[in-house]
Amino acid sequence: MTPLLQVNRLTKMYGPRIGCKDVSFDLYPGEVMGIVGESGSGKSTLLNAMAGHHAPDRGEVIFDTRTEGPRDTLKMSEPERRMLGRTDWAFVHQHARDGLRMSVSAGGNIGERLMAVGDRHYGEIRAQAADWLGRVEIAETRIDDRPSAFSGGMQQRLQIARNLVTAPRLVFMDEPTGGLDVSVQARLLDLLRGLVREMGLSAIIVTHDLAVVRLLADRLMVMKDGHVVESGLTDQVLDDPQHAYTQLLVSSVLQV
Amino acid sequence: MIELENVSKSFTLHNQGSAVIPVMEQVNLQVTAGQCVGLVGASGAGKSTLMRLIYGNYLAASGRIMVGGLDVAQAEPRQIIALRRETLGYVSQFLRVVPRVPALDVVAEPLLAVGTTQEKARDKAVSLLTELNIPERLWSLSPTTFSGGEQQRVNIARGFAYDYPALLLDEPTASLDAQNRATVLRLIEGAKARGAAIIGIFHDEAARNQVCDSFVDVSIFSPQVAA
Repeated sequence: MTPLLQVNRLTKMYGPRIGCKDVSFDLYPGEVMGIVGESGSGKSTLLNAMAGHHAPDRGEVIFDTRTEGPRDTLKMSEPERRMLGRTDWAFVHQHARDGLRMSVSAGGNIGERLMAVGDRHYGEIRAQAADWLGRVEIAETRIDDRPSAFSGGMQQRLQIARNLVTAPRLVFMDEPTGGLDVSVQARLLDLLRGLVREMGLSAIIVTHDLAVVRLLADRLMVMKDGHVVESGLTDQVLDDPQHAYTQLLVSSVLQV
Repeated sequence: MIELENVSKSFTLHNQGSAVIPVMEQVNLQVTAGQCVGLVGASGAGKSTLMRLIYGNYLAASGRIMVGGLDVAQAEPRQIIALRRETLGYVSQFLRVVPRVPALDVVAEPLLAVGTTQEKARDKAVSLLTELNIPERLWSLSPTTFSGGEQQRVNIARGFAYDYPALLLDEPTASLDAQNRATVLRLIEGAKARGAAIIGIFHDEAARNQVCDSFVDVSIFSPQVAA
């Protein structure tokens, strides 16, 4: 089986400081990988470098494209990469405001991504938008409301709907449940798990919440100071951590 | 079906003066299809540790852990995940679930994961929950709010929803009343009859003697004895 994404020695420096260094891994179709580490460990830097939001200094991010097979996305032209970002890739931001158009209706936010890939039939676009609002548990009657009138949890769900409507194959998520209260988090986690299974998505989830990765991720990568210190099966890393830092991380979690 | 060869396990506690604690050495164990092996030994002897090694939660220090042709000690995460989906089931002592997911879906999930239709998976979940005396009014609720015994039974129903060729059972009859205990033992016997290889931990001696074909005392694997 060809990996969906192959990351080879990806490095991003901020001047003399390390953002992330020599990160390599393969992600297979249908796999969900969590990246954990304390703030400043380089996990968001890595995610943004993979997603093409900022240029890394070194390394490869090879994606198995639908038409041409594996290609290094860092060597793609800007229009090619943007097309990928609208079709097979999706990016869920920590703050829904960064991923939504706040002045456009909820339906418009979902429909925009469909139009970007060529859909033109208004009725169909609206029907799909309504369907997706239902899937993320937002009442269809809110379709013409702007996201600024939504609660934080609803905005986050709308962002997820907007991202998944084009059936991407790879989703990058940056702290998708951060800043939401726990009852909303649980709902979102349940929703994400269902979508991952139904759609066969692959996902890379950055979070500092070990409970979130335990529920969502098949495998885990632990980062510290820009380096990957440990990786493996999620429950193996959490139940039997090998590296000193992971042991500290796991033993620092408060029991509820 | 399950075969362990010279497996050893130690824990290194980096944050406590890098203490190395050897817990198991020279583990050799074999379970064939249709056979149930009971793990015995005092509390702390390493029964659950051995199960976690086989399930891949714990990383073996050395040796081979073959389950259905895959060496768990060396396998990639995605191989272990496929193994857990299709081959190896585990009923742990504690149920870990996503909040808000109804009990019925918790039980049906392993079947959906292998591609069973929604309808069939639901039917199977309904029959297992009924068999294990979980009242129908609880099916649509998340098991997080259930009593300990109810959670345990949901956990068992989930473990037996799909017909795994190999099963690990950690205290499946603990905290169950006589009637439910009999149901669980019947499920175990049914699994054996269809050819599942089973490793179980049972503190309940009568249950142990009823379903196990042989016993392994795990204290013989503890390093103090070997030394």
